[in-house]
Amino acid sequence: MEIFEAISAKFNFWIYIIIMMIGLYAMIAKNNLIKKLIGMSIFQTAIILFYVSIGVKDGASIPILYHDQVHPEHHDESHGDHSAHSPSTDGHDSHAAEDRYLPELVVDGNDFANPLPHVLMLTAIVVGVSTLGVGLAVTQKVYREYGSIEESEILEMIKSGK
Amino acid sequence: MSSESITSFTPVFASIVSLLAVLPIALLGKKPNLREGATFVAAFIKFGLVLSMLPAILAGKTIEYTIWEIVPNLEIAFRVDGLGMLFGLVASSLWIVTSLYSIGYMRGLKEHSQTRFFSFFAVSLSATIGVAFAANLFTLYLFYEMLSLATYPLVTHHQDKEARIGGRTYLTYLLSTSIGFVLPAMIFVYVKTGSSMDFSSDGFLNGHIGATEALILLLLFTFGFAKSGLMPFHSWLPGAMVAPTPVSALLHAVAVVKVGVFCILRVYTGVFGTDFLQSLDLGVVVAWIAAFTIVVSSLIALSQDNLKRRLAFSTVGQLSYIILGAALLSDRAVTGSMTHIAMHAVGKITLFMCAGAVFVATGKKYISQMDGLGKKMPITFAAFSIGALSVIGLPPAGGLISKFYLVTGAMDAGQSALLVIFLISTILNAAYLLPIGYRAFFPKDPKLAAEPFSWKNTQEASWQCITPLSVTAVLAVILFIKPQLLLQLAGLMVGGNG
Amino acid sequence: MIEQAPALILLVPFFVSIFVALLGNRFQGICFPLSVLSLIGSVAASVTTLGRVINEGTIRYRLGGWEPPMGIEFRIDALNALVAVAVSGVGLLAAIYSKRAVLAETPDKVSQYYTLFLLLITGLLGMVITGDAFNLYVLLEVSALTSYALIAMGPKRATLAAYKYVIIGTIGASFYLLGVGYLYIKTGSLNMFDIHEQLIARDIFDSPAILVAFIVITVGVWIKMAFFPLHAWLPNSYAYAPTTSSAILGPLMTKVMIYVMIRLTFTVFGSDFAFIQLDWSDIIVWMSVVAILAGSISALAQTDLRKMLSFLIIAEVGYMVGGVWLADDMGLVGSIYHIIADAFMTLCVFLFAGIIFVKTGKRDITALDGLFTKMPLTMVGLLVGAFSLIGIPPTAGFFSKWYLIQGGVASGHWEYVIALLISSLINAVLFFRIIEIAYFGVKPAEGHGHHDSDTHESGPNEASFSMLFPLLATAAALLVIGLYNQDIVAIISSFVSQFNFGVIGI
Repeated sequence: MEIFEAISAKFNFWIYIIIMMIGLYAMIAKNNLIKKLIGMSIFQTAIILFYVSIGVKDGASIPILYHDQVHPEHHDESHGDHSAHSPSTDGHDSHAAEDRYLPELVVDGNDFANPLPHVLMLTAIVVGVSTLGVGLAVTQKVYREYGSIEESEILEMIKSGK
Repeated sequence: MSSESITSFTPVFASIVSLLAVLPIALLGKKPNLREGATFVAAFIKFGLVLSMLPAILAGKTIEYTIWEIVPNLEIAFRVDGLGMLFGLVASSLWIVTSLYSIGYMRGLKEHSQTRFFSFFAVSLSATIGVAFAANLFTLYLFYEMLSLATYPLVTHHQDKEARIGGRTYLTYLLSTSIGFVLPAMIFVYVKTGSSMDFSSDGFLNGHIGATEALILLLLFTFGFAKSGLMPFHSWLPGAMVAPTPVSALLHAVAVVKVGVFCILRVYTGVFGTDFLQSLDLGVVVAWIAAFTIVVSSLIALSQDNLKRRLAFSTVGQLSYIILGAALLSDRAVTGSMTHIAMHAVGKITLFMCAGAVFVATGKKYISQMDGLGKKMPITFAAFSIGALSVIGLPPAGGLISKFYLVTGAMDAGQSALLVIFLISTILNAAYLLPIGYRAFFPKDPKLAAEPFSWKNTQEASWQCITPLSVTAVLAVILFIKPQLLLQLAGLMVGGNG
Repeated sequence: MIEQAPALILLVPFFVSIFVALLGNRFQGICFPLSVLSLIGSVAASVTTLGRVINEGTIRYRLGGWEPPMGIEFRIDALNALVAVAVSGVGLLAAIYSKRAVLAETPDKVSQYYTLFLLLITGLLGMVITGDAFNLYVLLEVSALTSYALIAMGPKRATLAAYKYVIIGTIGASFYLLGVGYLYIKTGSLNMFDIHEQLIARDIFDSPAILVAFIVITVGVWIKMAFFPLHAWLPNSYAYAPTTSSAILGPLMTKVMIYVMIRLTFTVFGSDFAFIQLDWSDIIVWMSVVAILAGSISALAQTDLRKMLSFLIIAEVGYMVGGVWLADDMGLVGSIYHIIADAFMTLCVFLFAGIIFVKTGKRDITALDGLFTKMPLTMVGLLVGAFSLIGIPPTAGFFSKWYLIQGGVASGHWEYVIALLISSLINAVLFFRIIEIAYFGVKPAEGHGHHDSDTHESGPNEASFSMLFPLLATAAALLVIGLYNQDIVAIISSFVSQFNFGVIGI
């Protein structure tokens, strides 16, 4: 039972590892070059999932401050300044500079999902897409050169000195 | 020991003058006479520079110059002392002689790429003098490697199949031993002492390492400097005989091989220190390896018909005399081995130049073909006989002096057993060298013997070939009559140990 | 300007690459001069930065003015300033070489080639100077993606090699990213220096997550640097790529990854964690011994010149990984010095291989037949590079071996010392085989003394200046790096000395 608990407590880790292994298996075992690339994509996605899952907190919402949080009723007079500054403070522990303007705004970190991993993963997704793009382009070139995208056939051709 | 040292650029200049000469030599490639002129100018300047330092050295001073601190605490530095001076004198004076001989030989055989030949010859000499005047182990290693590489194009000058094989053996042995043995040994010494590795008269390893480490280091250094031809790392020397004869003469009788033994001498006296080695009783190990080499190489020499190969094996044996002397660690033995550097150099270069002269004049390489040749080439074979006497150690030639010191040194060291080795090897030396000269003048074949001698029938090689070998033969005799200078220089080195 | 120098190091080639991409197709002629100019700018900026680091100590540059640890910070100390100079210098020399090679090998893709080339160098330089772990991942992928494309531009075999590289390279980078994720969970930071401070402040070195992060990152970086046995992608990629690509990838890619390894091991995890807490030094040094021997011996079996050199790179990677893991300050100094030295010596021999390929169209070592007569200056360049790889003084390679062996002796790793020596000897065999072919010809004459005029009617037929100049400049650089090794080591020592470990002081 303990094992089960250990797994269920961190099930997001286990899932990403399983997905990663599926990807790794495809990359190593598949003969078709496109399928290998699909495996690669799965592999990368697993890591993206891992990052996204570490930003999640129980009962937290997306890290955007709503209007009524930033502008409680009794603070109407300082209206104009806040909307310009507040987004950059979200999710950060320190918001010393903004304290002057928002003396009573209390942001509890537990209410918001950590946005940083998500932001990072936007970049990583872009990177993943580009990698996939380059991979497909290279595969296309391989096909043009060898007339096949089956690895074993290509290796056969190279061996036979063609 | 060195009570006083002078800072002077002269030793550096003495080394690099021939390196600088490469430029005019290469540029004048199209005009052979001017090109050889450049070689001569460089050779004379070099000799002059070395000679100019002699008085100071004899007065017990040393001359130093530091060029560059290249690794923390470690400099490229030059320092001239008695041993360096002795070797420097031998190498630089014989370069002049060999240059003349090279001209006769290379032109006589219409060899190709003569410009390359003379250029690399000059580079080799720079490296040789660099080794002679090196102030520390690091500088020594630097020039040692430079010499290995600079002589490669000379050894493989013919660029044919044979040269390729010879060149391969040459570099395989020399580079693998220096990188494989000397380099780690040197770095070990550096790490252990953290010092500049400057040679000093009592060595600097004492107190830094234990007996086992000392033995390993000693063997690494002794075998690592494979230019000394100590068995089992000797095969490169016979292999290098594919080179043109001037190369064999100067480099493989004088410069390269003597650099090998010189390095060993330096390491024994300057790095370990004779006292330290004596206290550990390590010399004996090397002494017996050397003794083994002496006997075996002499036996192999007996069976060689190719004259140059026979001389090469003879060189292997003679070099081991020097190592043996150094390993005996007694003052007189060390003196003997230092003087033997010069005595053997003069004798062996004569022999090689004679072999080359025979080849130029008649195209003969094998001893069996030289029956009766003395009548056609009387000067050459007369010189050959003197050279042979010197190498064997018979009067009236210089070899006797150094052998005398070696033998008495062996007795001093209490190694009477080695006397037997000296005896056997001297007999063997005589057996493989004397018959050549004898047969040349008194052929077996009665038809040849009956031929009357007349100066008109002689076919000596050109004067450029004959003059140098006569000069060195005369030099061998002079060194017998007046060995004082050499002994004095050698004495400077061992004197410090009392 | 000087204040902005750290950013300019990579921004100059970056913006020029965009420029080349936009205009290069219409005005093909501007690609080469623009690339060279931008790299000259990059070299100037990195030299300026190095000068500042020597005088003022570590430079902290905030990209876009954002405060670390939130913003991306370039923190440039002696180590990466030095490596940046080497990377931009190698990039510049390879760019000069590319003039003819690109026209000869990929004539229809000139502007694309230079765009990728500059982006690759941007990525490599970025990896060197960034102080942010995630930023490093992005730049790692920038350089990886461009290098896949640069390799795939080669002939038939290159495409398959590039494909393999895509797959394996992605695994490596993903591992790295994963490790950074674990570090982020534990420390809440991505700034390398901040991560280290957090690790100390929270005292979580014992956490298994940190251990996992360390292993995953190290393996990822090893894959990227082709540390044996994770090297399979390298030889074919570099051997069949266009010559300019291999001239830039061969020297830089692996070396920059070694830098990354050193940076992560020392700056992020700290030497106490890596060498005292884990104590894997013995295992990893043995692995590097295997890498050195495997690389060298595989190189012996090759007849394709560039493939042989590629296997040498694998051996050299073993040198450096081993040097770092000797856990001795001299070994670390040697490894860092070897990054610089090896970048230039690999460049030297790859430029040589490139010249030969462009001139003769052959990749086999028989292409070198009689080259001493035909291309004497090119051979001089090779000789210096070869001597450096063998380790003959006073070339740079000798001194890196000197320091590495010193580290090996001081830390008592004799197996490493012996492996280094064996590999030197194998290098000697490899290069003298080349020199022999170049000197004697493929089939030397049987008889005695054949004459030059008989076999080589044609006089010297040198490579063009734009190819010869970088080769000879690299050769000269090798000598300079060798002779001034003490000054370089002094800079390295200022980095190494902050980690108080090892047996002997500097």
